[in-house]
Formats: sequence, structure tokens, C-alpha cells
Amino acid sequence: MTAIIRALDLTKVFGRSTAVDHVSFEVRQGEIFGFLGPNGAGKTTTTRMLTGVIPPDAGSATILGHDIRSEPVQAKQRFGVVPETSNAYTDLTAWQNLMLMGELYGLPRARAAQRSSELLGMVGLAERKDQKVQAYSKGMKQRLILAMALIHEPELLFLDEPTSGLDVESTRMILSLLRDLNRGGTTIFLTTHNMEEANRLCHRVGIIRAGKIAAIDAPEKLKAAIERVHTIEVSFDREVPGDALAGLAGVTGLNRTGDKWQITAENRDTVIRSLVEFSRENGAAIVTLHTLTQSLDDAFLRLTREARP
Amino acid sequence: MNPAALSEQLRRSWAIAKKDIRIYYIKGPVLIFGVFMPLFMFLAFLMGSRQLPLSFLISGLVGMTLFFTATAVSPAIFPWEGSARTLERLASCPVTVEAIVFGDMIASTLFGIGITILTVLIGLVLGLSLVHGVTLLFAILLAACCFSAIGMLLAVPPTNVPSNIMMLSSLIKFPLVFISGIFLPLEQMPAWGLVLSACSPLTYFTDLVRYSFTGTHFFSVGTDLAALALFTIVFTAGTMYLHRRTMPQRM
Repeated sequence: MTAIIRALDLTKVFGRSTAVDHVSFEVRQGEIFGFLGPNGAGKTTTTRMLTGVIPPDAGSATILGHDIRSEPVQAKQRFGVVPETSNAYTDLTAWQNLMLMGELYGLPRARAAQRSSELLGMVGLAERKDQKVQAYSKGMKQRLILAMALIHEPELLFLDEPTSGLDVESTRMILSLLRDLNRGGTTIFLTTHNMEEANRLCHRVGIIRAGKIAAIDAPEKLKAAIERVHTIEVSFDREVPGDALAGLAGVTGLNRTGDKWQITAENRDTVIRSLVEFSRENGAAIVTLHTLTQSLDDAFLRLTREARP
Repeated sequence: MNPAALSEQLRRSWAIAKKDIRIYYIKGPVLIFGVFMPLFMFLAFLMGSRQLPLSFLISGLVGMTLFFTATAVSPAIFPWEGSARTLERLASCPVTVEAIVFGDMIASTLFGIGITILTVLIGLVLGLSLVHGVTLLFAILLAACCFSAIGMLLAVPPTNVPSNIMMLSSLIKFPLVFISGIFLPLEQMPAWGLVLSACSPLTYFTDLVRYSFTGTHFFSVGTDLAALALFTIVFTAGTMYLHRRTMPQRM
């Protein structure tokens, strides 16, 4: 699959502190890539280097085939940016902000007006388009800057904590829009603290700690990777002998809780197959079967623990 | 469309200029400052310098008006936008640093020209005679570009605190007014004063304005225009280069 973002040994030093330390990763075309990390881990600095806002001290970044240092304008023409803090012009109306963005991205006036109308409707601001942004709530400002980032129909969208501190309605609207955009082919690079958001939205996540990449994988694989021992909870429609379950292939431990059995195993697949076979052979139908997985929060905490003071 | 092409970047500079005019220039306090600041300085010197002819002082008023208006707002735009994070918005758009700086320069140039032409028109209504109108128009255009470049040069220190820049701006602008033959004719200056005057672009503009209104001048018109053009080129190139270097420090 084509790499839309290719970061190679990206490094940024502020004084004596290395904010980003030889970070390398790729984001593939059409995916939602979550970039996670604790405060001060280097997420925003990495995003700013990728978007050409600050130059890296070492390393390189290629965005949509353009080196962000040698061809910044060509790269920026093809992506949109939604920063954490709203940076729309508060002395302008939503409409004027969008038209300004249209001009900065080189859109013909008629096309910019058409896109502005569409986007204002999409983010639910059409009725307040002629109001100055300074009167907007935080959620409205965030929806507006998302619209501003989409004015030129970018192939790639960078979002830095897009739902941080927003009300439920705005959060849902933004996440729903991101899913729709991704379904339409837009690649999304999302920086977030919100593990649940990353878990539900992202195809892959990268975890950064102390300026270095700790892990990159699909959320489910990351969760699975940190689990050395898996837990499976099963119940049958009739009593089954515990020693028979304990003797099944792959079972390393067994514990009864109420009408359920908690089985520990190193390989979930082997145990589930054994349980199905056991059920069939003994005529005991499986009522419930749960694999108790660790959350992305657990994975995140485990992977970033070393960076904690 | 090649977004990095000069024509595209110029279009985007114009968008930035329109934004600046709308947000920073068409404000009551800014317009009032642009008109009243030079007017009150003029009145103060009119009271204290009764031996100087009115036509001489009015030429100085026009010079001051353009100088103060073209440099009034532009030094503070980068610090304002830096603190409001809108500069980061511009930096993430497909616009070069040079295009952003040029956009700010266009806005301050237009503002300076507008207010100065208003001052000239008021002078004409009050009975002042214009001897060389075309020279005056050309001088205003050239000097407005030059002074707006000075305004952007004053914005080079990468601070996001506007008051710091405005203090620095006043520290440089006021001495320039006093060495540029506005209140003291160049003919009456000592040799060292003339050397200092020659270093100020305002000197050449004031000389051209005086020529336009009275027909008299200290330097030749060609020298004045060439000096203004040279200052404009050097200051514009300098401000573009320096802002390219300091821009990342503002983020």
C-alpha cells in the first residue's frame, strides 16, 4: 500500500531537551492513523514538523511524495490541518474565514463559495455563517476549523486532539465526519489522548514516549501484544467437570466464578478450538464465551510506563 | 496549477493583504491614529517654529503621515497573529513566508497611500498649490513600499508580545523623523546631520514632497527616487530573508 506520510529519523531539539528523537514511521493511503502519547511525549512537535510549521533539526518527512522541507508549498497544497487550539480569525465571520482559506489554497472564487456553503452545512454552522467567530463556543470553533481544513478537499488530514474538551454533540459530529471522510478516501493522521476514540476510529496507532516511537500497530494487535496470558470466560448449559476443562489443550489455568469458568491460556485460538470440541463431544452447549482482552488504555499505560516519573 | 509559482503566491499575498485590511486597518482607532498622530506633531512644530513657511511644514506633514501610517500597524501583525495562533494557520497553508510578508506589506502600503492622499487632498482644499503632481504621486507610491518594508523589518524580532515590538518601533521611528529634514531644513543642518539624513529614506521622500509643492529641493529628483528605490529593494529583501529565518521561532 502507498505510504502517504513517510517520516525518517525526524528529530527536534529545544535547548538541551530532545523533544523528538529519530522518529520513523509510515502512514498508508486510506488509513486513519492514531498518534498517541502522554503529555510532552512529542506528538504535537512531530505533527508540526510533518505539516511544515517548524523545520526538523535532523531527518526528513515526505508527505504525498513531496519533501516537506524542499517542497513545502506543494505538500501543503494537498493536506489540511486541524490544530488543537482553534486558530480561525475571530474578527472575521465563519464565511469570511472559509473564503480566506479558499483564496490561500488557490480555489476560484465560485468554487470557494460553493465549498464554503457545503462545509458550513456539513458542520452545522450554516445559520451562523455571518456571525464573527469570537462569539462562537469552543465546539463551534473546532467545527469551523475542521471545515477550513477541508475547503480544498485534501487527500490527507492532520488533526491534533480534535475533540479535546468538546461537548458530546460536537465530539460525535466530528468523529462521524472523520469516518465519512475516511470512507471517501481521505487519509487521516490523528493525534489524541483519548484511547477509546483511537480504539474505535484508527486502523493503526503509533505510541510515542519521551520523543521515541514505542510501538506501531493495529489497536487490537497492540492490545494482544502486551498480553502474555489471555483470559477466556466460558459457561455451559449444564455442569461440566473442572478437571476435564483443565485437561484441554492450551489451558494453563482454571478458575470458577459463579456459573462461569475463567480459563487462562497462552494461545487463545487453541483453547477456543478445544472448548468447541469439548462442547460437541460432551453435549454441553456453550451459553457464553468471552475473550477478556486488555484495553488500549492498558496497552498505552504499559508501553509508556517507562517514561513516567 | 503550480501552487509554488510566483503568480499563485502573489494571489495568496493579496488574500493576506485583504485579510489584514479587514482585521487590522479598517478600525476606528487605527484610522484616527493614522490621521491624528502626524497632525498633532505638525501642529506642535507649527506653534514652535513660526519662522518656517507653512508650505515647508505641510510637506513635512505629508512625509510624516506616510511614514507613520505605513509603519503603524505592520510591525505588530506578526506578534498579534503569533499569540492568537493564526500565524500557525498561515504557516500550515501553501503560502511561503515571503508571500505572507509581502501580503502584510501590501496592506500597509495601501493604508499609507490612502491616508496620505487624504492629507494631500485636505491640503489642496485649504489652498496649497501642487506644482509637480505626478512626481508626488510616484514618490508616494515608492515611499509607501519602502516604509511598509521598514514596518515589516521592525517585526523581525520573534516575539509574540506586541508591546515589545511597538516600543522598539517607536524607538527607531521617532529619531528618524528628526533627522529627515521634516522640522529642520536640510540646508540648515550641520555636516554630521546631513550624513545622518542621507541614511534615512524619509529624507528623500520629504525632499520629493517639498519639490512637488514648492519646486525647491535639496537633492536632485533623480537622486531622491533612486535612493528611495534602493532602500525599498534592500529593506524588502532584508525583511524577507530575516522573516524566513525567524518564523519557526514564533511557532
